[in-house]
Amino acid sequence: MEFFRIKRDIPFMSYGRLTTTISLVTFVLAVVFLVIRGLNFSVEFTGGTVLEVQYTQAAELSDIRHRLDKLGMGDIAVQNLGTSRDVMIRLPNHGDRSSAQLSEQVMQVLKDGSGQVELRKVEFIGPQVGQELVTHGLTAVILVCIGIMIYLAIRFEWRFAVAAIIANMHDVVIILGCFAFFQWEFSLTVLAGVLAVLGYSVNESVVVFDRIRENFRKPAMRGKSVAEVIDNAITSTMSRTIITHGSTEAMVLSMLVFGGAALHGFATALTIGIVFGIYSSVLVASPIVMWLGLSRENLIKPPKQKQEAVV
Amino acid sequence: MNRYPLWKYLVIAVALIVATIYTLPNFFGETPAVQISSTRQSIPVDTALMGRIEDALKANKLAPDGMYLDGTSLKVRFKDTDTQIKARDVIQQALGDNYIIALNLLAASPTWMSQIKANPMFLGLDLRGGVHFLLQVDMKAALDKTMERYSGDIRRELKNKQVRYGTITRTGNNLVLQLRDKETLNSAADIIARQLPVLMQNSDDASYKLTLTLKPEEITRLQGDAVKQNITTLHNRVNELGVAEPIIQQAGADRIVVQLPGVQDTAKAKDILGRTATLEVRMVEDDQGKMAEAMAGNVPAGYDLLDELTPRGPTKILVKKDVELTGDNINDAQPGFDQNGAPAVNINLDSAGASIFRQVTAENIGKRMAMILVEKGKSEVVTAPVIRSEIGGGRVEISGSMNAAEANDVALLLRAGSLAAPMQIIEERTIGPSLGKDNIDKGFHSTMWGFAAIAVFMFIYYRVFGVISALSLGCNLLFLVAILSMLQATLTLPGIAAIALTLGMAIDSNVLINERIREELRHGFPPASAIQAGYQHAWATIIDSNVTSLIAGLALLIFGSGPVRGFAVVHCLGILTSMFSSVFVSRGLVNLWYGRKRRLSSISIGQIWKPQQ
Repeated sequence: MEFFRIKRDIPFMSYGRLTTTISLVTFVLAVVFLVIRGLNFSVEFTGGTVLEVQYTQAAELSDIRHRLDKLGMGDIAVQNLGTSRDVMIRLPNHGDRSSAQLSEQVMQVLKDGSGQVELRKVEFIGPQVGQELVTHGLTAVILVCIGIMIYLAIRFEWRFAVAAIIANMHDVVIILGCFAFFQWEFSLTVLAGVLAVLGYSVNESVVVFDRIRENFRKPAMRGKSVAEVIDNAITSTMSRTIITHGSTEAMVLSMLVFGGAALHGFATALTIGIVFGIYSSVLVASPIVMWLGLSRENLIKPPKQKQEAVV
Repeated sequence: MNRYPLWKYLVIAVALIVATIYTLPNFFGETPAVQISSTRQSIPVDTALMGRIEDALKANKLAPDGMYLDGTSLKVRFKDTDTQIKARDVIQQALGDNYIIALNLLAASPTWMSQIKANPMFLGLDLRGGVHFLLQVDMKAALDKTMERYSGDIRRELKNKQVRYGTITRTGNNLVLQLRDKETLNSAADIIARQLPVLMQNSDDASYKLTLTLKPEEITRLQGDAVKQNITTLHNRVNELGVAEPIIQQAGADRIVVQLPGVQDTAKAKDILGRTATLEVRMVEDDQGKMAEAMAGNVPAGYDLLDELTPRGPTKILVKKDVELTGDNINDAQPGFDQNGAPAVNINLDSAGASIFRQVTAENIGKRMAMILVEKGKSEVVTAPVIRSEIGGGRVEISGSMNAAEANDVALLLRAGSLAAPMQIIEERTIGPSLGKDNIDKGFHSTMWGFAAIAVFMFIYYRVFGVISALSLGCNLLFLVAILSMLQATLTLPGIAAIALTLGMAIDSNVLINERIREELRHGFPPASAIQAGYQHAWATIIDSNVTSLIAGLALLIFGSGPVRGFAVVHCLGILTSMFSSVFVSRGLVNLWYGRKRRLSSISIGQIWKPQQ
């Protein structure tokens, strides 16, 4: 079996204008959503208490909300978690009440209601921790970018490093934009997923870059323009790109389907990341490399001319 | 050309065998056990104790499946939970209060496996259920307490040396001493420099003010000590909960993580962690008549009959009800040595404590004084030394008839009288055991189905090479689990997600190789050299892409906390194992399959389509 029977190199570079426009539009949209709607940070970042309870039958959310409102704890969020029997309750932090008291009070109220209920998980996070997580998360992102750029600059050329990072940040911002648009919960595990995408998506660009470098060195490619060389590189790695991503996606989808609520955010972040990873490595990173003025000489050191000695 | 030298095959074979051995313990499940450890350093857990337990169990007709002594704890394995619980009660009765006896689960793997340290992976709280607390130590309070202590010390020293001073005021972490003239300023500075060298001085000659600040290294030491002391205190308290494998660790400069696997009752756990113990100093009554009366069950009025903790087991001691001094007056207690080099405990009292102590010791020379730890309404005598002489100055030394381990214990218990600094719970998670089990199942299923999908696809698309790719992916999983088991790394749900994701990403290397081989074939290379060239060309790309992933993984490892770190550890290890298995092992398999044929006319790597010229 062979999926890709490509007779001629696909002129990806000539679509450059179109793809860049698409990228820019999605990127700007993502930023707009991030600014307007903001991320729906999980309790790990904001501080507060989260309870996960399981009922023996389907839970009546409106009834639970009604009961909890009577406690007067402020803004309480009640929602289903995966199944109709699992319920997640989010409470804001209360200075005067400890989390143990808080969760006991809530459980008492729930037990008074209809149906058998079991406490599955309690999480309380103080306000100090969240701020730190945000700074650490940002430091990690910046560090990953710097590290990858240094490596690529050494292994390839600075143009590749810059292009890879732009393509990457584009992916990350779009994932964040999706989380902002749909108001999906942004938790620590999602952050791990986003950072994994950062590494993964660079992978993609690297494979294409590798081929570009190799092509420049091939004698058969000598007469070709830079755009043609890049087109050939993308076309010949096409099959591998799709199959690899398909395989990784199969794994991620499996997590999305079987992983339950705990892995849901992580798998979602990766799914978006993988789809945009293919797109950006092929259609964002490569045009940028070209526009940064890549030439054959950048990758192949010209043989040193012997200088005539003047005696 | 496609042959490995024998040693390469041997490397693969050895790696596979070792990995299999270390992965196996994860499949044996667990059996109930009772874990016995000592509350004190001076009470060893040794073979003698093992004998005592064995006898006690035999007397009650309970047969253990095995007993394992490892360093500080003894684990006794039983065949079912019924016997386990009965045995715990029997052991508790036989040993008394000086031991922590907890129910635990032991890996059911054969003994020879645990002897070569092949143990199952350590499961995180989100997989086994339990409570997690993150506590913040209030450093400001710790510093406040210290500064208070120093201002008292200065007052006392200046009074002793008869230096007249005005006032001592505290502003932030500074003490400002107002003096009358140049002369007193100089002599005060001199005395403080000699007696309290940890204070930095800054004198203002114009207004006769002496400003004292703590040296930065002293502040660091204080903070370190405060956290350490709180950790030991927490240890003592957690011991009471009977948790088999509690984790109490420093996290960052001023935080402490407490993880109690298997504990579900958060309220009780918090109650015990947040409890304050107090220390009391009371006089001992050594009158034989009163003692005999008390032992007969008739304790005289104004006296208490308490247990004294000695390495030889508890003995009874009669003490007066009047409290002379409390733990609030104790600044510090450290194990050390007396002038003869014998182990001793050095206690440092504050100024109020020092003057009371001087008075008490002056009046009671030759008698014994008891240091009593009161916790949860239960009083225990930690130590009861004889007063040899009047002790002034607030520095007390307890020595004689104790070894270094005992001195350590006593100092620790004295300090346990109060937390060095108050703590606050800033993060708390409780995970029910059923959720933990669910998480394991879900993680396992997602990995399994994802793996199956990839394997099937690889076989359909690449035929024999697909099978080889899937096999090497299987090896990758095996190596990863083996390394995690060897390192005894904590596996969490994000860790399982990382295993799945790493496998999904690792197949990339094999796809790269297989595509490359196809391409070489398309260009008309003979099969044998196509394999050779395919692996060679793919290698550079594999290195580059894995290194970039590894950079991202390492950054996560350094800056991540909690679940992110659990993910990062597995991810980084997975990248390393995948380089080995997808290149080295898969090449080995290819060589084994195709390399033995002298003339390789075709290989099974799926259909190769060539564009029509």
